[in-house]
Amino acid sequence: MSGFSDPFQPDARLSHGCGCGRHASAAEHDAALAGAPADALTGRVVEGAVMRALFPRDEMRRGLLRAVGAGTALAAISSLFPLAAAKEVFAAGSGKLEKAKLKVGFIPITCATPIIMAHPMGFYAKHGLDVEVVKTAGWAVVRDKALNKEYDAAHMLSPMPLAITLGAGAKPIPYTMPAVENINGQAITLAIRHKDKRDPRQWKGFKFAVPFDYSMHNYLLRYFVAEYGIDPDRDIQIRVVPPPEMVANLRADNIDGFLAPDPVNQRAVYDGVGYIHTLSKDIWEGHPCCAFAASKEFVTQMPNTYHALLKAIIDATAFARKQENRKQIAAAIAPANYLNQPVTVVEQVLTGTFADGLGNVRKVPDRIDFDPFPWHSFAVWILTQMKRWGQLKGDVSYERVAQEVYLATDAARLMKEVGLTPPTTTTKKFTVMKKEFDPTQPEAYVASFAIKRTA
Amino acid sequence: MERFHAWRAPALSLLLLLLFIGAWHAATLPTASRQVVDPEYAKLVGAAAATGQKSAFPTPAEVGAKIWQHLKEPFYDHGPNDKGVGIQLAYSLARVIIGFLLAALVAIPVGFLIGMSPLVYRALDPFIQVLKPISPLAWMPLALFTLKDSGVSAVFVIFICSLWPMLVNTAFGVGAVRREWLNVARTLEVGPMRKALRVILPAAAPTIMTGMRISIGIAWLVIVAAEMLVGGTGIGYFVWNEWNNLSITNILTAILAIGLVGMALDLTLARLTRLVTFPE
Repeated sequence: MSGFSDPFQPDARLSHGCGCGRHASAAEHDAALAGAPADALTGRVVEGAVMRALFPRDEMRRGLLRAVGAGTALAAISSLFPLAAAKEVFAAGSGKLEKAKLKVGFIPITCATPIIMAHPMGFYAKHGLDVEVVKTAGWAVVRDKALNKEYDAAHMLSPMPLAITLGAGAKPIPYTMPAVENINGQAITLAIRHKDKRDPRQWKGFKFAVPFDYSMHNYLLRYFVAEYGIDPDRDIQIRVVPPPEMVANLRADNIDGFLAPDPVNQRAVYDGVGYIHTLSKDIWEGHPCCAFAASKEFVTQMPNTYHALLKAIIDATAFARKQENRKQIAAAIAPANYLNQPVTVVEQVLTGTFADGLGNVRKVPDRIDFDPFPWHSFAVWILTQMKRWGQLKGDVSYERVAQEVYLATDAARLMKEVGLTPPTTTTKKFTVMKKEFDPTQPEAYVASFAIKRTA
Repeated sequence: MERFHAWRAPALSLLLLLLFIGAWHAATLPTASRQVVDPEYAKLVGAAAATGQKSAFPTPAEVGAKIWQHLKEPFYDHGPNDKGVGIQLAYSLARVIIGFLLAALVAIPVGFLIGMSPLVYRALDPFIQVLKPISPLAWMPLALFTLKDSGVSAVFVIFICSLWPMLVNTAFGVGAVRREWLNVARTLEVGPMRKALRVILPAAAPTIMTGMRISIGIAWLVIVAAEMLVGGTGIGYFVWNEWNNLSITNILTAILAIGLVGMALDLTLARLTRLVTFPE
């Protein structure tokens, strides 16, 4: 019998002979099918096995399929048995890496910690991969190099895969985000000359920098100032400046402040140029920031490599979660090959014991944390903000885009394998500056803001 | 008189250099600290920030020490994102030379054609006039989008910026060959190929070489900016990476290296120009 015949075809016989009836023998049928993509075939094998277990007598199966149709039967059986999950497990189990030498791009900021540290600390090697981590000059270049396939996967900002998939600011290409890198870990830093202007209502006319248009930094800064009645498009100026150039610009009084990833904030303090005004965790506790992203093509065409890579990164993330490892990580990623920063700057960011630029030493252990799970509700929130600020026009199918891009199932399974406890659902409610966000009501959420650019 | 000049000019150069370094040294002398912060805080920030100041510009001695450190070990390789200045310069030079030679391969034949035929000259002139003033870096996003490779894009940017001076100079040089020489060639019934190679080329060579000298200068200016954009390798990437670290000493070292290599490239082409120039 052929393991590859479609068990949802009523006329296919699973027990003997050629399934489709067009070939003399099962062997010949298999030869004809050999041209089909391998993952579709392994999927068939799993479906066949399940159907045989459910319907030991072939007549019963055929009767059911004729009566209700293949689609309904598939849906009914999927509800009893997680076919999709079983197919994935089967695919993951089949082992051999399609490609062992990979290139992964990153921006030199602490958000990329798991991607970077996996190199010096051997997490890639542990999973059989020879990964070259390549430092990149800015987000637009990361995007272009990833789209050009110079990078197999890359460190991106969590809104970027959504924007690329939807074709906002790039040509639409199906992109995926299998894991979040870090949560929290950003801050609003103001120039030292503004040390008396702590109240955001005094910020009218300020020039702020964010790393990219499609970044959590942009959305968080806009959200933050808008909550204080400042219109981010009219009352202040927000410009895109690559993180490495932010401190130099702040020093030259070119900008008044920025909402930036670390180590940029801490570096501004280290050089006596700025002070840390608000940690991003005080805007939204547990917000996602950077992400590990790969094209849908890479995920589907090299499933084993993709799994090994994702597992290495989730493994590294699990290691980075532990406070006691943070000093060791800081020492590993500070050299010129990676972040190129003084060790103490990186250490202050990762351990959360830091100088705030005003003469105080603050202790905030969860200043940055690492959690790989790509909540679908994160994606929905990001999409609501894209809609709010006019980056997306028209109707957005929030839930569908979130599911397609944020690959929660894969992350959950691999998190279990490395000893983390993944959540059981993919959506949750959270609060951003005391305002609750309900992921099932995105349109109402967008409409609830006083300051917005929805035309 | 001549003998005086021989040592006076270098002496004056040296004096200017010493004056410059002296002024620099005086300007970067550490100022007395005005404000004392608690030692726990001081440990977490840079020396300048601990005394309530912004970090200062490096002194000449610091830069000198850094240059010496780079000179001792110019070819180290500590992974894909951390290589010695020598290796970075080699990457940049390779890109410049490849882009420059490709541009020469296109510009010199096309320049010949334009110079020899007034019709082609008039037909291509509007295109050249529009394309020539475009900053080569403006091509970068377009190149990344279409060529789909950052290394090739960097070479393309060098190609496009070296093209125009060579093209225009070749056309000018070819067009300005003396009428009499061409008339002599015609009287002797020289074939077109032979005329181009034996009469026009030697006559136009100095002008063509001047175009090449301008081109390589521009190419070397542009490569630094291009590498800062695409990153990865090269002296431009080195500058960007050190800017990232706000390491002014390293940036000054790189600036010096860029200047010296640019001077070497220019001198080489000047020497070549002298080789093809003949006295009339």
